[in-house]
Amino acid sequence: MGDRQAGRARVRARARRVVMFALALLLVSACWELYKAVGPDAGGKIFGAQVLPKAENRAMPHVWDMVRRFGRPEQRGSSSTVGQAVAEGAWYTFRLASVGLLLGVVVGMGLAILMARFRIVERGLLPWLIISQTVPLIALAPLVVSWGGRLHIAGFTWQRWMSASVIAAFLAFFPIAIGALRGLTSPPAAAVELLASYAAPWSATLFKLRLPAAVPYLMPALRLAANGAVIGTIVAEISTGLRGGIGRLILEYMREATADPAKVFTAVIGAAMLGLVMAGLVGLLDGYVSRNRQGEATT
Amino acid sequence: MSDFAVDVAGVSMVFNQGRPNQVGAIDDVSLAVRAGEFISLIGPSGCGKSTMLRLIANLIEPTSGTITVNGKAAAQARLDGDYGMAFQQAGLFEWRSVARNVELPLELKSWDRARRRERALEMLRLVKLDEFADHHPWELSGGMQQRVAIARALSFSPGLLLMDEPFGALDEMTREHMQTELTRICAETDCSVVFVTHSIPEAVYLSQRVVVMSPRPGRVAAIVDVDLGDRSDDTREASEFFKKVTEVREALRGFDRDDRINALDDR
Repeated sequence: MGDRQAGRARVRARARRVVMFALALLLVSACWELYKAVGPDAGGKIFGAQVLPKAENRAMPHVWDMVRRFGRPEQRGSSSTVGQAVAEGAWYTFRLASVGLLLGVVVGMGLAILMARFRIVERGLLPWLIISQTVPLIALAPLVVSWGGRLHIAGFTWQRWMSASVIAAFLAFFPIAIGALRGLTSPPAAAVELLASYAAPWSATLFKLRLPAAVPYLMPALRLAANGAVIGTIVAEISTGLRGGIGRLILEYMREATADPAKVFTAVIGAAMLGLVMAGLVGLLDGYVSRNRQGEATT
Repeated sequence: MSDFAVDVAGVSMVFNQGRPNQVGAIDDVSLAVRAGEFISLIGPSGCGKSTMLRLIANLIEPTSGTITVNGKAAAQARLDGDYGMAFQQAGLFEWRSVARNVELPLELKSWDRARRRERALEMLRLVKLDEFADHHPWELSGGMQQRVAIARALSFSPGLLLMDEPFGALDEMTREHMQTELTRICAETDCSVVFVTHSIPEAVYLSQRVVVMSPRPGRVAAIVDVDLGDRSDDTREASEFFKKVTEVREALRGFDRDDRINALDDR
């Protein structure tokens, strides 16, 4: 009985979330159009500094123009629509970002487990991890491409898309490593002593205690990492000139921005949707792994 | 099987030895627990009673002296699973069902699934929680969680139970109920118990012997033999019970007074 009630409550909560999302989308569109209606066409300047964006059609196309642009041909006379091109680009970027995220999770977890196992590794490694995140991605991208290009290991040749995934992983591994480290070291001393009293080896402590205890810390980290992987992939596509993804589309459509201002926004919207889909997938995973954790066991 | 469940001989424990923050936690303690015996360690905070328990459990190594559990070195006894342990916090894993919490030590000892489940249910029957087997810990009250922790500690039939203020976080009513339950469980399982507490009535009610410890560094100040026969709720109102409570209290006061006198002398 309680299960059915809880199930119904969950369905209702999910429906509410969908409605809220639609409302938020409407609200953003309304704000956009409102600014277009009242904002100065030439934008606002104070002492020569642009403080208000231009509201003219070239800088801010109407929402309905952008939506309509999705359905029109990509180029004059081309058979596919912009919508199809954006969807294909997003799918390509999604796959690269997923590989990057997976790589980031593996590397991040590995580092976190090492740091949790050996305090000395934590002390030596943690500052470098933090420094690693201050390296600008744009500077990193060409380096990764050139390092990758030099890799030839027994029949394995570096593909250009791999550089993008590696750059995505570079952004994704960090929140995972930090979140997992906090999670792995979260069990109280009594829990660790309990396992010691069973003469459990460290691996058992890891699998029976530390990893399950880390799950609530890993889920928000995974959200950040998924986000980072998408951003990393798009930035990598743009800065390495990789074809096929949404980053490349943004770059190409940008060139046509004066003649066809709505077009570039379709690609930007596509990128935003991709981020949402990624976050949504992590949310589903979170719901699945957290289904048996409604509260803390406290005495 | 030796006659003694636990034999502590001339054990001292010094933390941070040789460093400025060196602390003598336990000084030359000798203590034997007969098989099947229930003893309590009682004393003010800082008297090393929890440290004593951790030493017996081989969670820490003594600075000097030897500890024998079931006739073997404490380290070997830990590897062999000769004792079960329960702490003040039940420490159940919230991601596991009640039954799977009880199964945890059995998993680590590589029991197969069916046997584990069967034993877990048997243990839960012992603590009268079998109908909660598939619930999760957060659905249980504090007292129930603590009973699950006891079932977990006993799941592999260790023969020795080490308990560190297991009822310390419970309210008085639940606490008395748990004490009655524990004496029943011990009688049914023939377990020896070393029980750390700072409640005098609890120690007297549960134990055959109450070991009174004095602080800084921890020493055995007195051992009070308690012979109250089979425990029941009437035991708590028996005059013999109060006599023993008074005896333990005076033993605790004894070194307290000595301490004060020493403090005066120092001045």
